[in-house]
Formats: sequence, structure tokens, C-alpha cells
Amino acid sequence: MIAEDFKYDAPVSLADAFALLHQYGDDAKILAGGHSLIPMMKLRFAAPTHLIDINNIPGLSYIKEEDGFLKIGAMSREVDLEESEIITSKYQIFTDASKLIADPQVRNFGTIGGNLAHGDAANDHPAVMMALDAEVEISGQDGKRTVSINDFFHGFYTTAIQHGEILTEIRIPVASGNFGSAYHKAERKVGDYATAGVAAVVQIDDNGVCTKAGIGLTNVNATPMRAERSEAALVGSMLSETDIAKAAQYASEDCNPSTDLRGDIDYKRHLVGVITKRMLNRAIQRAK
Amino acid sequence: MKTVTLKINGTEHTAEVSPRTLLVHLIRENFSMTGTHIGCDTSSCGACTILINGRSAKSCTILAVQADGKEITTVEGLATAEGLHPIQEGFHLNHALHCGFCTAGVMMRAVELLEKNPNPTEEEIRWGISGNLCRCTGYNNIVKAIQWTSAKLQGKELPSTEPVFV
Amino acid sequence: MIKCKTSKEIGGMGHSKKRKEDARFIQGKGNYVDDIKLPGMLYMDIVRSPYAYAKIKNIDSSKALEIPGVIAVVTGKDLEKYNLHWMPTLMSDTQMVLPTDTVMYQAQEVCAVIATDRYIARDGKEAVIVEYETMKPLMDPFEALDPEAPVLRSDQEGKTDNHIWHWEVGDKEKTDDVFNNADITVKQQMHIPRIHVASIETCGCVASYNKVENHLTMYMTTQAPHAIRTVIALVAGHVGLTEEKIRVISPDIGGGFGGKVPVYPGYVIAIAVSFLTGSPIKWIEDRSENLQADSFARDYHITAEMAGTSDGKIQATRFKVLADHGYTDASANPSKFPTGLFSIGTGSYDYGTAYMEADAVYTNKPPGGVAYRCSFRVTEAVHAIERMTDMFAKKVGKDPAQLRMENFIKKEDFPWASPTGWSYDSGDYHAGLKLAMDTVGYAELREEQIKLRAEGKFMGIGISTFTEVVGAGPSKDFDILGIKMFDSAEIRVHPTGKAIARFGTKSQGQGHETTYAQIIAEELGIPMENIQIEEGDTDTAPYGLGTYASRSTPTAGAAAAMAARKLRDKAKKIAAHLLEVSEQDLEWEPGKFFVKGAPEKAKTIQEIVFAAYTNHPEGMEGGFEATHYYDPPNLTFPSGAYICVVDVDPETCDIKVRRFVAIDDCGNIINPMIVQGQVHGGLTQGIAPAMYEELIYDEAGNILNGTFMDYLVPTAVESPSWETGHTVTPAPHHPIGAKGVGESPTVGAPPAIVNAIVDAVAHLGIKHLEIPVTPFKLYKELKAVGYFDKQEA
Repeated sequence: MIAEDFKYDAPVSLADAFALLHQYGDDAKILAGGHSLIPMMKLRFAAPTHLIDINNIPGLSYIKEEDGFLKIGAMSREVDLEESEIITSKYQIFTDASKLIADPQVRNFGTIGGNLAHGDAANDHPAVMMALDAEVEISGQDGKRTVSINDFFHGFYTTAIQHGEILTEIRIPVASGNFGSAYHKAERKVGDYATAGVAAVVQIDDNGVCTKAGIGLTNVNATPMRAERSEAALVGSMLSETDIAKAAQYASEDCNPSTDLRGDIDYKRHLVGVITKRMLNRAIQRAK
Repeated sequence: MKTVTLKINGTEHTAEVSPRTLLVHLIRENFSMTGTHIGCDTSSCGACTILINGRSAKSCTILAVQADGKEITTVEGLATAEGLHPIQEGFHLNHALHCGFCTAGVMMRAVELLEKNPNPTEEEIRWGISGNLCRCTGYNNIVKAIQWTSAKLQGKELPSTEPVFV
Repeated sequence: MIKCKTSKEIGGMGHSKKRKEDARFIQGKGNYVDDIKLPGMLYMDIVRSPYAYAKIKNIDSSKALEIPGVIAVVTGKDLEKYNLHWMPTLMSDTQMVLPTDTVMYQAQEVCAVIATDRYIARDGKEAVIVEYETMKPLMDPFEALDPEAPVLRSDQEGKTDNHIWHWEVGDKEKTDDVFNNADITVKQQMHIPRIHVASIETCGCVASYNKVENHLTMYMTTQAPHAIRTVIALVAGHVGLTEEKIRVISPDIGGGFGGKVPVYPGYVIAIAVSFLTGSPIKWIEDRSENLQADSFARDYHITAEMAGTSDGKIQATRFKVLADHGYTDASANPSKFPTGLFSIGTGSYDYGTAYMEADAVYTNKPPGGVAYRCSFRVTEAVHAIERMTDMFAKKVGKDPAQLRMENFIKKEDFPWASPTGWSYDSGDYHAGLKLAMDTVGYAELREEQIKLRAEGKFMGIGISTFTEVVGAGPSKDFDILGIKMFDSAEIRVHPTGKAIARFGTKSQGQGHETTYAQIIAEELGIPMENIQIEEGDTDTAPYGLGTYASRSTPTAGAAAAMAARKLRDKAKKIAAHLLEVSEQDLEWEPGKFFVKGAPEKAKTIQEIVFAAYTNHPEGMEGGFEATHYYDPPNLTFPSGAYICVVDVDPETCDIKVRRFVAIDDCGNIINPMIVQGQVHGGLTQGIAPAMYEELIYDEAGNILNGTFMDYLVPTAVESPSWETGHTVTPAPHHPIGAKGVGESPTVGAPPAIVNAIVDAVAHLGIKHLEIPVTPFKLYKELKAVGYFDKQEA
């Protein structure tokens, strides 16, 4: 399998990258990890005329807590998340998710920014980010802007990123207090896209009351989705078995999956219910 | 065309390539190192796995131009003048290969796995090689070979390489 | 413990010798077909049909030919001028090489682009514009049988339907009679789905025709180089390419599993183009081409029935098969066996009455019918009998292990005449199952299952006790296109006592370079390290039918032993001459002849061989070489007892294989390490169709999972840690008592797994599950029996 020919540039600064994007127009694509884009080009499902490789731009790969946020540089690789002390100790949801994304070689190159910017509801990080209430920083020639994850995904493979812009950072409110998070997806075999996936985040006060809940769903809607009714049902509750069951039921009802080789609508709704319940329980466990 | 200069197994190589040239083709066709194989179109099988700056990578999903200035290790670079790399010994002694087609990719992956996790559990090994498909061995002996290599690299007592039957 | 007659240094049978072939593979020095580069070589890529059934209105190659580096676009019309646009299949059907007017399945070859570089060939392929007029494809084999269905093979004169052949075996009347009078009968419709071997190396070739010499060298991924040479000569003889002018070289093969037995159109096009251009032509498939167009396996719709007494004695079986062959019958079977060896389906059980029938139909799917690591349709048969045995046990209320023990053919009843005409050579089924049950802790597991069920947890134990039939085969019955299915070995021992041996088979990972050397070492006492094995070059190796259907050890392995024995006879004569005694006074121990009662008077095999070149007896031929073509008197009948334990998540329906114990009996074992490796690999190719793999088509004829993204080959995570062992019941008619093992696990594992999953949910009223049993499928079944309603209530 061989891609159509294209022109290639590897700028060493964001400013150069923006200039190239403007110069080449709509047919130019950003090459980050490349593990979604290059297979699509090889299969000739995608045929950009220019690739702008941003791997050589310094300063886009970091994981740090700063100004009340966990800040992740968009070019951080999945493997960086897996190996980061901050992540493995406080944000286990990423450890859960990373292990289930593709395979180790792909995770050595695949970037968290690419996973989001691809705008694919089958990817795992979108749901995780929704559960975590993330915001993303999008940079362009005219500066930077911040977009809530809730406003980021516009449709099938389309996001809030405009042509000429690059996703540069992901920001997640720092975990504090009794915070717990978890992710799981049902998959046909290891590394597969999700049949259905659920990201769950809870924050619990000292009285056991849920003060914050985030639930994101993978591959059960045309775009990555947040289970808002489930979240609302949990906030203010004592996270009893009944509360969790209700949240699971709402997620199952509110998602909008389609039938494919992975399963039919009924099965996927069923899985969303089961996994929501399990991930909430796991997140609660971790919060304690 | 772009000029690419990279180090493969310690030796510097230069080639003129079109941007769409895949790294695996650069290695196999331009530099005639055919130990790295191609088994699929979709980054699924791992037969093309090599190390780029020490990280295991699927060379069918990376452009040759992206490897400019990088250090590449392929299966041809595992052995040294002193002899085979322990992973090669481990695969041979534990019968971890049949047809040999996926072998280079699995070994290259295992090298990085053991570097990062010198003493992996069986589960960690199985997840660690989940990006490599083998159609012949059923994976049992690949796991065994990686366990053996782990012991060898750590200077521990070597497990038996004889087959164990119930 | 396996007893060895030879020392470790000699390394004959029973030694777990490390493999000789490993050195090149672990150092990246294997030589696979895509590694071959010839001067002036051109590359071929193939334009394939996006439609399952369509008329070709026009092929416009002008845009492709404008691309610098594109040399030619070859169509069916071009090949038609040389009558090379079609070829015969192994089942004497016909197959298009390139179509002249109609495409019959999605991904069928439409035309070929030849270019100076594989990237340019690919661009050329994209630039060819083909106009199609689509037709409604026939995808359902049952609909294809409908008298009103359109006739797909209108190219066959007088053809008025889509029926290919009818086949039957056994006594219909007697069987019907038993069924009519039986206490208990069970019946189940099952589909053994279409799957793909998916060897990690795809198929490909380099065809190199030398115009000056009128000679073709064909490097190709083939499991049967000699037979292929003959087929090429039959297809291309009329253009002057006769058999002595063809050399087929099968280099290192990256897995075969039956998928590299057929002749694919790509090979023939490459030959034709090389013949016309005089340039070497390389063609290497992509994975998606491989999955979408190359031969499938299985695709049998079976209605299986079993009759027996209320106390659990099996009395009869009746199987009816509908075989979906796709567009042509390109099955890789012996010519007289349209259903392969499916008639082994009476299994390991002692009953005298069976009837089996099968019909094959054409549909708009790719052709095929290859093994997928199976001896000619044995997997389909074993699945049917082992599922029915479990269903029967359930209906009579007996433990499935107990019922099997009570119905097994007894060890002393071999050779055993099966109701479908086989003569089983040997076996000890009771011992195998007992060892498997003891190993897995069967009784304890049954107790645990009761406890877990009470807690609402699903755990199942599944058994498969199968009999295989391999080693095709005796020449009175077995041929391929008329060529008898013997196989061959030629041994040459050099003056210094080191040897080279060549075979008509071709390893694709089985380790022949090691095991054949061990057989010869066993017979001649020459250290196996000193015996070089070669296969795969038709110019040097003796003729043979190749490696598939677990036939290499039963046929070529036997040939090696027989050729070595001819040499030992000669060695004895030379030894007698050297020691100045009569032959009767000599005794053999591996590696030397010595005088009876005077062991110090001895000649080693090396001394004897040296004498064969330097000091051989007057009147004896010099040299030390022998060839043997082995025609087996019977097939061999390996068997196995497999037990699988699964845990099923009652909510998500995820299925986890907790344990899998495989006890195989492949007769005498040449190399235990290699046998175990074969069993491990076969088991993973058993779990694959049982739980993951299936080629899926929609009604419009589109394949829905034609890449490794969706065709789910198991990884190390899906594959459990296999536990293997063996019993040893030698094949009495085989020179070294061996039976063949490469495929047994693929044949035996799927029913053990399915039986286990069914067992896990049997208490909910589930009697049968179709493979692959996925969590999704299991969910639907559990939902259908109302399980989730009860959970929610």
C-alpha cells in the first residue's frame, strides 16, 4: 500500500508551521504521530498534497501541573502518559486508556493532540477529556485561543481547529481532594477501536457527597459525547448503588450508537450501561 | 525529492527519496536490508518493527523523511562481533519462531520492552507484544523466550529451554 | 518421557534438537520472495473489481500509460490472444486469469499494471479507469440453489443452475432406519464460516523469463513447487514453455497454512508478462488483496444429526452439507475427494452407521476452499461430530466426558473400519482423555462450576476428542490432477560422511531442515548437524506433491527413512567387506556396524561411507546415494483429547479462556520441541475461528472486514497459555511410526472452545452457538432466552 505523492516540510518553529499552512491552503495536513493519517493515506482514503510535519518543533511535549491545571503538550506521546509519574499517581484514567489504545509501537509515536485533533468518536482520549472537563489551547498566526472540550468536536473528523491552526496544549483542572477517575472500553481484541467505551471521573467531599462528576462516552455517538444526565444524577448524591445504576441507565439511554461489525445498537447501549457502572465504581474506589 | 541521512545499525546512510517513501521501503529497497518485513497495510501486524532512537516503531507507518537524522536499529544490527544478542539466543533456544517472517519485528519490540521493564510478568509480556501478530507459534514460546532473555540480561539463573509437557 | 535410540550427539528421533533453520531467521537473513531483486526487474500491481458481479464495459488505460515509468497495462483481452486468460483449477473447474467481459466477485483481478517501480505501478493502478455495468450478486448459497436463481457460470456450456456437484458416502437406508427407530435423536444446523489463513507473509512471485534460453525461473510463495511446475507447463506448454524449461523456486515461506497451495491469477499474469517482455516481473500482494481475493477456507453449512440409545450409546450420524465455493470450484483437494476428507466425521466413536452428503454451489464470492491448517475439510467434520456428541450427552443427561469414554473405539479394536470407509490405523482414545481430565482436574472443575452457578457466575468446561486423517495419500485413491500423492527423499552422503538430502515437500515454518535431518540421523547414525536439508527448488529436489494436510512427515518423512534404510543395507555390505566377515555376522547400532560378540571390531558409518568412495567391494556401485518415492499404504490417524475451561462475564459477555489442555497423539515423535511448537500454533489458529475470525460480506457482495483492522487475528493477549502433552500410539504401517501433527490442534480446538462456552450458559437453556462465538453473539443469545430481563427485574 502506497500513498499518493505529496510535498513535505518539517518546520522547526510554530511560526514556520503556520506560514506553511497558509502558503499551502486547504490541502495541507499536519503530521503529528501519523498513525491515523499515514494508514489512511496508504489506503488512499486521504490524499493531502502537503504534509507539514510538526515533530521537529521543540516545546510541544510536556506533562506538568501549573496554574491549577494539568498541562499536557499536544505532541506528548501516549507512551509519555504511560510513563509519567504525575499521570500514574493521580490521573489513572490515562493509564487505563493508554493501555487500550492500539499497541505499544503505535503508542510510541501516537500523540495525545493527534488523538483529539483527528476528531474521531472512536478514539479514546475525547471521552477521557470530556470526563475530565478539559480545555484545549489552539494556536495560530494570530495567537492562541482556548476552547472547552465541550465545544471542540464538531462532526465526523471535524473539530474547532480552523485551517492554519494547530492544537498545542491540553489543560485539565488539577485533581484535588477525593478525586478518582477510570476508563474502560469493550473491544473485540486488544488494540481495537471501542465497541463502547466509558470514561468516568468523580470528586467526593469529606461527607461522601459527590461534588463533581464527569462521564464521557467513546464510539457510541457520531461525535464524542458527554453523558450529561448521568453527571447531573450523580452530583449531590451519595453515590449509592441506586445513584450509580441510575447514571448507568441514563448513559445507556442517551448515547446514540450505530450498528456495525462490533455490535448492534442494543448491545452497545447495554455495554455503556455496564461499563458506566463499573467505571464509576472504580473511580469511587480510587477517590477513597 | 528529499535527502535523508540516517544511521542504521551504527553506519551512516544517505538517500534521495520522495516524501511518500515509507521508512520500511527505504531500509529494504534502498539499503537492501531485507530482515525487516511487511505484513499488512494498516499498522496492525508489527512485522516491520524497528527501533528509532531506541523506540520500537512500525516502519511501514513512518515516512523515510521523518527518519532524517535518526538512529535506526534493525534485526541486522542486533548481533555484535561478540555474538548474538540475548534476544536472538532466547528466540532460538526456546523455539520462538517457526516461519521466521514475524520474528524480526517481535524481537525488536521485545528489545525495547525489556529495556523499559527488565523483569516483566507474563501478562506484561503478552500486552507488550500485542502489536505483533504471529500466525505460527501460538505465542507460548515467544513469551518463554522473552522471559529467558530477561533472565539472561539481568545475569540471573537461566530457565530451562527444554519443552515442558503435562 | 520419550525414549531415544540415538545419542544426543547423533540427535535422532525423540531429541528436542534446536532448529537448524533459525540462524538465518533470527539474524534477518531469511530469503523470502519480496527479498529477491533481479536486474531489470519490473513491478506489477493489479486493478481489482470494486463490485461482486459486473460486466466490464471498458478499460481505459490511457491515463495510466501517461505516467512516466508505467510500461504496460495488461487486460484479459491481451491474454486471450495467447489463450492465457483462463486456467484450470485443482478440481478441474476453470478460473479466469483476467476477465474478458465479466467480473464474478469483489476484488477479482481486472487488469495488471507493469511499471519500473512499485510506487509507480500503484499510481498506474489508480489511474486505470474501468467502466462497469453492475448486476445483482448471488451471495447466499441457499438462494443460489433456487431453480429461479440466475445462472452464474454461463461460460459453462449447457449449465442451467448453480449446482457444482453432489457427493455422498455411507449407507443412507440403514442410517435412516436407525434414526427412525432411535430412542434419542439430536439435530443442529451449523455454519463453519468462511475464514482466511492470513499467513503474515502475503503471496507473491518474481517471474523471470529468459528469451534467449527460452527458460522460466519462477520464484514464488508455494507450498507445492513441483506440482506448480507441472501446472504451469500444462497451462503454458502451448506457447513453448514446456516442463524442462521451467524452474520453480520456493524460497523461505512466511507461513502457508494451505493458502499457498493454489495458483492465483497474479502468478500467471506475472509469467505471461515476463514471457512477453523478457523482463523479470515482481508481484507482491498487499494484505487487503490477500484477505479479499486469495483462497478462503471452510464455508460449510452443515445440518448434523446424531441418534442413540437413552443410556447414551451413539448409534448413527447423518450430516448434510451445503458448500459455498464462490465463483469457481478452486478447492485444494485430492481430485477424487470433492469434500476432501470430510467423511472422517464419524469421529472417535464406535458405531457402525453413518450417512453424509454434500452439495456445492457457485456464488459471487472469491473462489477457494483451502486448508487453514487442516487436512482437507477435516475441521468441518470434527466440529460437527464433537458438537453433536455434546448435544447428545446433554439430551441423555450424561457428563460429556463419561459419554465419550463409553463410546470410544477401544485400543484393541484397531485397525478399525469406519462406517464411511476409513481404516483407522491405531489409537488410544481412553488414555488421551484420561490424561487430559487428570491434568485439568476435571472432577474439581465440575464441582467449582456448581458453586459458581449458584453465585450467578458462568464457567464452562468443553471437551473435544477428535480423530484426524492426514498424510495423503495412498496412490490408489489420492492424486492431484492425476499426479499420485506420493512424496520423495534423496540422500547423498559425501566421502567425509556428511550428507545432503533433498525433498519434494516445502517447509513454511514446520522445521523440516531439523526434523528430516533427525530422521536420517536416526536411521544412519550420522549426526543431524552434519545433514543439510534442501527443499523448494524443482531443478534439484526430487518430485513431490508438497507440504500441506500434515503430509510431510507421513510421506516425505517416511521416504527419508526408506532411502536411509537403502543406504544402511549398502553400508552393511561395505562393512562386511571391510571387516572381512559375512553380513549375517554384523550388528547395527546407531552410527556403526560391529561384529556380533566382538564389539571392538566395528566400522563407523563415516568409515563405511569413505570406503564407498575409496575402497568399495568389487561389483558394487560406487558412491553413497539413495532416493525413495514413498507411496503410503494407508493414511495416518492422529488423535487428540482437548479440554477448555472458560469464564464468561455475565454482564458484558466477554469470554476468557482460563485453561486449555491439549493431549495429542501423533504417533512417534521426531522432535518433541517442534511438535509442541506446532501444537501451540495450531491451537491459536483454533481459537481464531472459534472466537474471532470470519470473512463477512454484505448483500451487495462487499467484504466488510478485508483488512487486519477488522479481520481479527489473535494476538498474544487473546491467546491463552497453552498446556500440552501427548500419548504415543505409533502408526503401525509407517516406517518410523509417526502420524503428522501440524494441523490437529486447529482441527480439534474449536469444538472444545465452543462446547465450553455452551456449557457455561447451558443452564439458561442455550444448546448451541455458532462460531465465531463473540461477546456480541453471546449477548444476543442470552437476550433471546430472556436472561437480561431476569437480571433487570
